[in-house]
Amino acid sequence: MLGKTSSNTTAEPGEALRRRWRLGEKLIESWIFLAGILTIIVLLGIIALLLKEGLPAFWYTPPWEFLFGTKWYPISEPPTFGIMPFFVATLWVTLVATAISVPIGVACAAYLAEVAPTKVRETVKPIIEILAGIPSVVMGFIGLMLLSPLVQSAFNLNTGLCGLTAGIMLSLMSLPIIISVSEDALRTVPDDFREASYALGATKWETVRHVCIPGALSGITAAVMLGVGRAIGETMTVLMVAGGALAVPVSPTDPMMPMTAAIASGIGNAVRGGLQYQALFAIGLTLFILTLAVNLIAARVLERQKRKFAR
Amino acid sequence: MRKRLFIILPVVVVVALIVTIIALSGRGGSSIKITGSNTVTPLSSIWAEEFMKIHPEVSIGVSGPGSGVGIAALINGTTDICQASRKIKQTEIDQAEANGVEPYEIQVATDALSVVVHPSNPVSELTIVQLSAIYTGEITNWNEVGGNDVEIVAIARDTNSGTHVFFKEHVVQMQGLPTEDKSLEYGGDVLMLPSTKEGVSQVASNPNAIFYPGLGYVTEEVKPLAIKQTADSTGVLPSVQTALDGTYPIARPLLFYTDGEPTGVIKDFIDYCLSSEGQEKVIEVGYVPLQ
Repeated sequence: MLGKTSSNTTAEPGEALRRRWRLGEKLIESWIFLAGILTIIVLLGIIALLLKEGLPAFWYTPPWEFLFGTKWYPISEPPTFGIMPFFVATLWVTLVATAISVPIGVACAAYLAEVAPTKVRETVKPIIEILAGIPSVVMGFIGLMLLSPLVQSAFNLNTGLCGLTAGIMLSLMSLPIIISVSEDALRTVPDDFREASYALGATKWETVRHVCIPGALSGITAAVMLGVGRAIGETMTVLMVAGGALAVPVSPTDPMMPMTAAIASGIGNAVRGGLQYQALFAIGLTLFILTLAVNLIAARVLERQKRKFAR
Repeated sequence: MRKRLFIILPVVVVVALIVTIIALSGRGGSSIKITGSNTVTPLSSIWAEEFMKIHPEVSIGVSGPGSGVGIAALINGTTDICQASRKIKQTEIDQAEANGVEPYEIQVATDALSVVVHPSNPVSELTIVQLSAIYTGEITNWNEVGGNDVEIVAIARDTNSGTHVFFKEHVVQMQGLPTEDKSLEYGGDVLMLPSTKEGVSQVASNPNAIFYPGLGYVTEEVKPLAIKQTADSTGVLPSVQTALDGTYPIARPLLFYTDGEPTGVIKDFIDYCLSSEGQEKVIEVGYVPLQ
C-alpha cells in the first residue's frame, strides 16, 4: 500500500487518492464518535432506569426513613424498608478491605517499580494480574471454606461469617488493581527525579518515600479509588461470606449484609413493579450515588495533585 | 497469510451456524423448566433425571434459588413448574391473576422441617416457644435452654426461601399456638444464608450454631432436635414416620405450582412424580412420600 502511494504522488491520481483517504478518515472518525456516544447513552439509560424503578419506593417510604430506618422486612405485611444495616455494612466491609489492601498494595508496587530486579518484576507482575482474574464466586468459596474458620478461631468469634472475613477477601480482590495501577504510576516518575534525589545524598528508602511516591501520588490515588470501587461493588463474595444478618453492625466482626448482597438476595423473589422490587432499585440508586461520590472525590484529588506537580 | 484467514473465517462461522441449527432441530422434543424451592431441588433433580431416562426426547432443567423466586417466575410467566416449600400467598395469587396466570397447586411430597445443631451440643429438644425466642433474639445463650454457657448462632435462610417464610409463620410467630403473635420477626443477629447446604455445613463446623433444613438435607454431621409442641408434650424427632402419622409439629407440604391444570408433557412428568415409582424416590432423597 505504502509503496503504491509514494509512486503515485508524482502523478495525477494523487488528488483522488487523497480524497479517498479523507473519506476513510471521516468514516473512522464517526465510528469512534459513535462508540464514545454509546457509552454515554448506556450510562444515561441506566440512570433513567434506576430513577424510574427506584424513585417510586420513596412514595411508600420517605427517603430519610429509607436511609436511616434500621428494619428491613420486605416480605412482611405490611413491609418495612430501612437500609441503614446494609449501608453501614458496606462501609465496614469497604473500610476493612481498604485498610488491608492499600498499605500492602502500595508497598508491593513500590517494591516492584523501584527495588525489584527486572527479572523479578517481569515474573511477579503477570502473576499478580492473574489474581485479578479469579472469579468472585471462587473467592467466596475460599472465604467460606478456608478463611472463615481461621477468622473465627483467631478472633474467638461465634461465627466466621462476618464483615471482617468479607473485607479480607475483598482486599485480596482489589490488591491486584491497586498494585498494577500504582506500579505503572511509579514507573512514569522521570528518572531525573530519582537521580536528583541520589545526588543530594538521599538513600533508596528516602528517595522512594519522599520523591517517587509523592511524584506518582495522583496515579496511586486513582489506583486506590479503583480498588475501593471494586470493594463497594463486589456482590458474590460478600453474599457468601459476610453472614447476612439484618442488625446494624457495630463492629466488623459482626455478621452483616452489604447493599450489593441485599439486592442480589432479594431481587429473585421480587415481583416486577412490586414494593420490594422498587425498594431494591432504590438501594441500587443509593449504591450508584455512593460510587459516583467516590469517583468525584477521586477526580478532585487527582486534579489537585496534578496542579501541585504541574511541570 | 491474511488472505487465507479471510477465507477460513467465514467457513468457520458457517459451519458453526449449521452445527447449531442441526443441534437445535435434532432435539425436536420438548423441554420443561422447573424453578423455585431450594428444599425441593434434590427431589426434582432426581425425578427429572429418571424421567429423562424414560423419555429421552424431553429435557428438564431444575434450579433452586428459593420458593419466592419460583413463585415470582410463575407470575412473570418464565417457568413451567414452580416448586415451593410454602403455600402461595393471596397477594401472590392476585398478582398472578392480574398477569393472566392461574396458579394450580399439586402436593408432591411432605417434609419434616428439621431443626439441627452440632453433634457436640448437649441440647436435644426444644419447644416451639423456645425456638421462637431463639430466632427473635430474645434467647441468646444456650444455657437458657439447658445447654452450655455459649452464645447461640442462629442461622436462617434468606427471604427468597419458602422455608424462611414457613419457619417464620409456624415457629417464630407460633401459628396455631395460644402464644401466636403475628408481629414477631426474625431478630437482627440471625444469619441469613443463600442456600440450605451452606447452613448445614455451617452447623457441622460450628458447635454453637442452630439451623432449620428440610429433612432431605439432614446429614450425619449434624444432630436433629426433638420438637415439643408445648412444654408438657413429649419431644418428637423429625422422620418419615412422625411426619406421616402427624405427630411431628412442623411438617409441611412440598408443592408444585403450574399455570392452570397441567397438560401434555408437564402432566406426564407430574404423573410420574406422583406414581409409586416416583414416590419411592422421595424416600431415597430423604423426604416423606404422600402415602
